[in-house]
Amino acid sequence: MSEVEVPAPLPRPAQPGLGSVLVGVFGGVLAVIRKDLLVEWRARAQVVALLGFAVVVLLLFSFAVGPDSMALARHAGGYLWLALLLSSTLLLARSMQNEVESGALEGLLLVPVPAASIFYGKALANTVLLVLVALVALPVDLAITGAAIVSPGVAVAVVVLGAAGVAAPGTFYAALTARVAGRQLLLPLLLFPLIVPALLGAVKATTLAMTGDPMGQVPSWLTLLLAFDLIYWSLCGLLFEKVVEA
Amino acid sequence: MTSRSYVAGAALSAIGFALLVVAHYLGLFVAPREAMMGDVGRILYVHVPTAWGALLFYLGAFVAAIGSLWSGRRGWDAATTAMVEVGTVMTFLLLVQGSLWARPTWGTYWTWDPRLTTSAVLAAAFGVVLLLRRLIDQPARRATATAVATIVAFVDVPIVYFSVKWWNSLHQPVSSRQTIDSPMMQPLLIAAVAVLLLGIGLSVLRWRVELARLLAEEAAPDLPDAPAPLDLSGASGAPRG
Amino acid sequence: MSSSTPVVQARDLCRRFGRRWAVARVDLDVQPGERLLIIGANGSGKSTLLNMLATLLPITRGSLRLFGRDPVQDRAEVRRRLAIVRHAHGMYEDLSARDNLSVRASLLGRRIDIPRLLEQVRLEDRGDPIRAYSAGMRKRLQLAMLQFEAPDLAMLDEPFSALDPAGCADVEGMIRALPGAVIIVSHQVERAGKLCDRAILMEQGLMRWSGPASQAWEAWRAVQRDDVRTGGGPAGATAAGGAP
Repeated sequence: MSEVEVPAPLPRPAQPGLGSVLVGVFGGVLAVIRKDLLVEWRARAQVVALLGFAVVVLLLFSFAVGPDSMALARHAGGYLWLALLLSSTLLLARSMQNEVESGALEGLLLVPVPAASIFYGKALANTVLLVLVALVALPVDLAITGAAIVSPGVAVAVVVLGAAGVAAPGTFYAALTARVAGRQLLLPLLLFPLIVPALLGAVKATTLAMTGDPMGQVPSWLTLLLAFDLIYWSLCGLLFEKVVEA
Repeated sequence: MTSRSYVAGAALSAIGFALLVVAHYLGLFVAPREAMMGDVGRILYVHVPTAWGALLFYLGAFVAAIGSLWSGRRGWDAATTAMVEVGTVMTFLLLVQGSLWARPTWGTYWTWDPRLTTSAVLAAAFGVVLLLRRLIDQPARRATATAVATIVAFVDVPIVYFSVKWWNSLHQPVSSRQTIDSPMMQPLLIAAVAVLLLGIGLSVLRWRVELARLLAEEAAPDLPDAPAPLDLSGASGAPRG
Repeated sequence: MSSSTPVVQARDLCRRFGRRWAVARVDLDVQPGERLLIIGANGSGKSTLLNMLATLLPITRGSLRLFGRDPVQDRAEVRRRLAIVRHAHGMYEDLSARDNLSVRASLLGRRIDIPRLLEQVRLEDRGDPIRAYSAGMRKRLQLAMLQFEAPDLAMLDEPFSALDPAGCADVEGMIRALPGAVIIVSHQVERAGKLCDRAILMEQGLMRWSGPASQAWEAWRAVQRDDVRTGGGPAGATAAGGAP
């Protein structure tokens, strides 16, 4: 075999400036969010089914605990987040299945959108959907348990930060397991232990938003959630390319 | 080379095991009885080194995972797996020991002590990494999955610990441990070295076995020979159609 | 960009799956604007080769340059200039043709005249998800996308599979209209051969023959005769001490 002919170096295309790179990354993220939300909108029957699932889980919790209204109200925050967590694995798995089903992921990799943008786009879309599930599940939770929200601002912050805390590692693990046999089981097995801190923070802060916060503990829990989100949104964004190109 | 690291691994494990026996002889029969917990306190000599060891081997796995992801070399992949396995075994031991200690001390097998809870979460998080690994057949993809899952799980260690500690401190005081007297220090240190050596020895052995398995799995067969030139002259007639 | 840089330059290209060489020792050059046909039996390594050329599958050994660049280091630049149409169509089943085109255009960061493109592929009145589309409709849509992208290197894996004669004629016309280099993997040797300049024949991962596309059919026949004579492929041939 003769040695490889190395062609003369080509003139490189003009290096894009930082500004246009950022626009490219950001534009890619927006395009991916738009795509994911469009797919969910067109298949909205499945989203409705997901909302139904969350509600059913809440009902089951209330049956399991029984008609003890004190206990129900005390644990309303915990029920809410467990319902969200159980729904989230279905949502996350489906979002990645849409990509794998017809080879769309390969198509996505070939367009000039960086892998990190694909991750952030999908994770943000999943955050939006989880917030939507929470918006439906929260009133049902309140109705079933008899709890009430005393500080709505805190509740909104917790829902958004908590949904983001589930969505980032969830999207990441869904991609990691998308082509593995037994993914339906693996995704929750990987995800649930990891998000214990986010779950603790979200449940505590939600409970405080329902019962009031005389000791001023809410900021600590929100900080914990924020720190968890920052760490995993960065780390997963960094590692995502390795996962999808493998 | 290969056999030498097997010998080294076996030797380290043997020395570690011997030291463990010495440490426990000292801990069980020589060291003074613990003031508050009595003889139950002697579990300290196995429990604390196990905890240190588990964390240390997870740290090692984290470093190896970064190496594996960076280089794509199977040696790092095998090392990651070996240390995750050793760390997970230690975590399970830790859980058992912790429950045994908690029962006479706190009156219950399980309590939401930050250390105990963190161990439980870690055992689950890293145990699943090993499960994930078994379910992927393609070597490159498996190495990547193992590495990223290990990194993501390890980053969770401090977050879990502090969140549980925080969560706990708001309804019951965190269990405090007494400072350790010097006569108790000696067996503890020997036990720590023993667990460390035993862990390293087992990791080395496990690393070699895993690497040998990975290399056998991927052993490159010879490239097929260049094909014989195809003779078109015998082709009869025009293409059908 | 000099127009003489080969689009594909592969030297000793190899890919192994576990202990099996799916593709071995492939040397291949494709010039700009050239049309190459890859033929071979099922499992002969055609699709693996195509996926490597599309940067979707890492190579095990050898060297590959696309557009004169390294496909790993300059991945984004290389990918910008190539496109592949595979059996897995890469579109979203829950979206309509129109939605899929608009999603694709926004991902590419380009504007697209969707109504015109849909009219061209006779899908203008289909607003339902492509889940319900026939094989021919999906293929037309894929090719419409390919035409819109107008890549410097277009790769098509079995573009004629599952199509009726009219669908095949559609696809033929659309492939002819592609501006850049084209690589087609197909079992339809004659049909695809008419669209191509050159052909290669893969057998058990090896490139067994390379020549003008007009002789592809003869090569295909010859290799089958060869197999009958030697009891199956180059492995049989080498065991028997090479072809007579």
